[in-house]
Amino acid sequence: MRISSSSKWVRNLWLVFSYLILLVAMAAVLVPILYIFFASFNTGSSLYSSTMIPKNFTLQNYRLLFNNPNKSVNFSLWTVNTLKIASVTSIASVVLTSFTAYAFSRFRFWGRRYGLIMFLVVQMFPGAMGMVAIYVLLNILGLLDTHLGLILIYTGGAIPFSTWMAKGYIDSIPRSLDEAALIDGASRWQIYWRILMPLSLPILSVIALLNFIGPFNDYLLARIVLTSPEKRTLAVGLHAFISGQFDQNWTQFAAGSMLTAIPIMILFLSLQKYFISGLTAGATKG
Amino acid sequence: MRKRAIFSTIGSAVYMGLGQLINGEWVKSIFMGLYHYLILRFVIPTLRQTWWGLITLGEAPRQDHSIVLLSYGLVGAIVTIIVVGFYLGNIVDAYRGGQRRDKGHPAPPIRETMKEMVQKSYPYFLVAPAVLFILFTVLFPMLFNMSMAFTNYDLYNSPPAKLVSWVGFENFREIVRLASWKRTFMGVLSWTFLWAILSTFSCFLLGLFLAIVLNNPRIKFRGIIRTILILPWAMPGFISILMWSGFFNTSFGPINQWLNAIGVASIPWFQNVFWARTAVVLVNLWLGFPFSMALVSGVIQGIPAELHDAAKVDGASPWQEFTRITLPLILYAVSPLLIMQFAGNVNNFGVVYLLTGGGPPVLGNKGAGGTDILISWIFKMTFDLMKYNYASAIALLIFIFVASMSVVNFLQTRAFKEEDMMG
Repeated sequence: MRISSSSKWVRNLWLVFSYLILLVAMAAVLVPILYIFFASFNTGSSLYSSTMIPKNFTLQNYRLLFNNPNKSVNFSLWTVNTLKIASVTSIASVVLTSFTAYAFSRFRFWGRRYGLIMFLVVQMFPGAMGMVAIYVLLNILGLLDTHLGLILIYTGGAIPFSTWMAKGYIDSIPRSLDEAALIDGASRWQIYWRILMPLSLPILSVIALLNFIGPFNDYLLARIVLTSPEKRTLAVGLHAFISGQFDQNWTQFAAGSMLTAIPIMILFLSLQKYFISGLTAGATKG
Repeated sequence: MRKRAIFSTIGSAVYMGLGQLINGEWVKSIFMGLYHYLILRFVIPTLRQTWWGLITLGEAPRQDHSIVLLSYGLVGAIVTIIVVGFYLGNIVDAYRGGQRRDKGHPAPPIRETMKEMVQKSYPYFLVAPAVLFILFTVLFPMLFNMSMAFTNYDLYNSPPAKLVSWVGFENFREIVRLASWKRTFMGVLSWTFLWAILSTFSCFLLGLFLAIVLNNPRIKFRGIIRTILILPWAMPGFISILMWSGFFNTSFGPINQWLNAIGVASIPWFQNVFWARTAVVLVNLWLGFPFSMALVSGVIQGIPAELHDAAKVDGASPWQEFTRITLPLILYAVSPLLIMQFAGNVNNFGVVYLLTGGGPPVLGNKGAGGTDILISWIFKMTFDLMKYNYASAIALLIFIFVASMSVVNFLQTRAFKEEDMMG
């Protein structure tokens, strides 16, 4: 009896301690996000304020995003640009990845082994190192300062990792399904289109989403490739608010960030269980 | 006995399709001969030009642009490999056809050949678009970068006014020989390793700890808490980092404002090397712990309940249960991913570049600030100092290190061992 009551006491202490830890962690996560959220309703342009919740509540920062006397600020145009780049990248990489993963998973052909290893090694080459070469390449092709150039580079960079993800998933679909269809006289295209593609939709949607969010998050490549203000993406445009030496406009940055981050966060959170199950499947398989 | 095999092999080596002709495969040989003619007529002269460019990097300044020649040269090299591949394939095909005839089989009719070709080339058609994409958007930049490491391309040897030339391993030697470069390189290298270790383990340990705390079924609202804790992962990275750069700002940032409010003097976050490094690690922890937490939570939930029940029956304390069952299983599952994260952090450009810009400046360092890791220093060497040759040499070293680490790591995983790699 004494042992169990003391262990109960330990467990209650641990519970209190757990709540404390979680409260601190939640505060550490939420305070910065709420701070930038409230800052977006603040007057002036500085991040500095005496209270976290603004005394003079204003929507001016949001209004200025869409209707700014400074013609280089055009939030709706940045959004359209980013959405265009992100959706084309996402679709292109899903299509290319899906074909490639089908071939790598279901066919045995000369070069398959080298192909898989090449896909693994090239994804280790970080984009920041290839910047000069990408710049030169796009320059030769006349694709500098175009959205197409950016889309091509994003898609090429997305393929290796996405192919490995999709291949792993298709590997787990039993081969007996293909064989049964083959006996029934299905062509290989039909096997892909009617059986494997629908069955691999979960992983394909994760790939689509990852490569849709990717261009939203990329600042560096967009900054190097796109030079004209009307071609800017959200990341480049938002960075411009605070990169000036003397005219940093933090409250407008905050407003733009909120409008960018909230849809992405909702998208991510509503699909988080797929991400996480995909992740752990990869981990436990490793 | 094997006459045809030998003759047709030699024939196809001399001219594509000749061996197929000897084997009696008419239509195939006409197509191959035509292909060979077109290649000789149009492709080879261009390839000769690109190879000349690649080897000499130009001979007359202002007329020859070394960097353009280098890029054309590399594209030419990729095309050459493809052309040679087709040529070798043609020889192998002639040899096989000859062997078939030697055994007394007739030449297959063109219909059958076509059918077989479509059969065999099916996976190649599926893979081709992706491989072409990778060749030009990933592999080409990689090769270009590697080549620059063996040239003298910098601010003073810049086309069109000057020519660039091949210098062998000179850049690698100079980085460790010239005192100021060596000092900077060693400083940045050691901080890069320290950074990679600190960032990987801080995120993992915090994520592990929170996942374990959250795993307790007696805690209420676990779903909401987990969602809140995942928010930093869901938020676009560049926004979080830029937001933190405002918070840590020494003069107007709220962090110093709050510290002042509780009577602590302002901390020079971005002016002092130690504090700047602390800030980078802390921000990365904020960004990175949710990933580890989600990962560990998934692993914990995947542990079969029977293991815990068996342990309880055997009288194990909760602590024993944790150290003997949960922790080893977590480590087993996540260690390959931890190694990948370490490799990723070596090249974690975004946090450093957007938070501190590599600063604060360090006197006498070749362009590298106090928080610059190798990759951000490379970026500065490229875009600020125009020291393309050294930047590429160091990039090549990191790539070899990271890639070999990842490949070795990957070869250890079960996913790979179960994979039948024969193709």
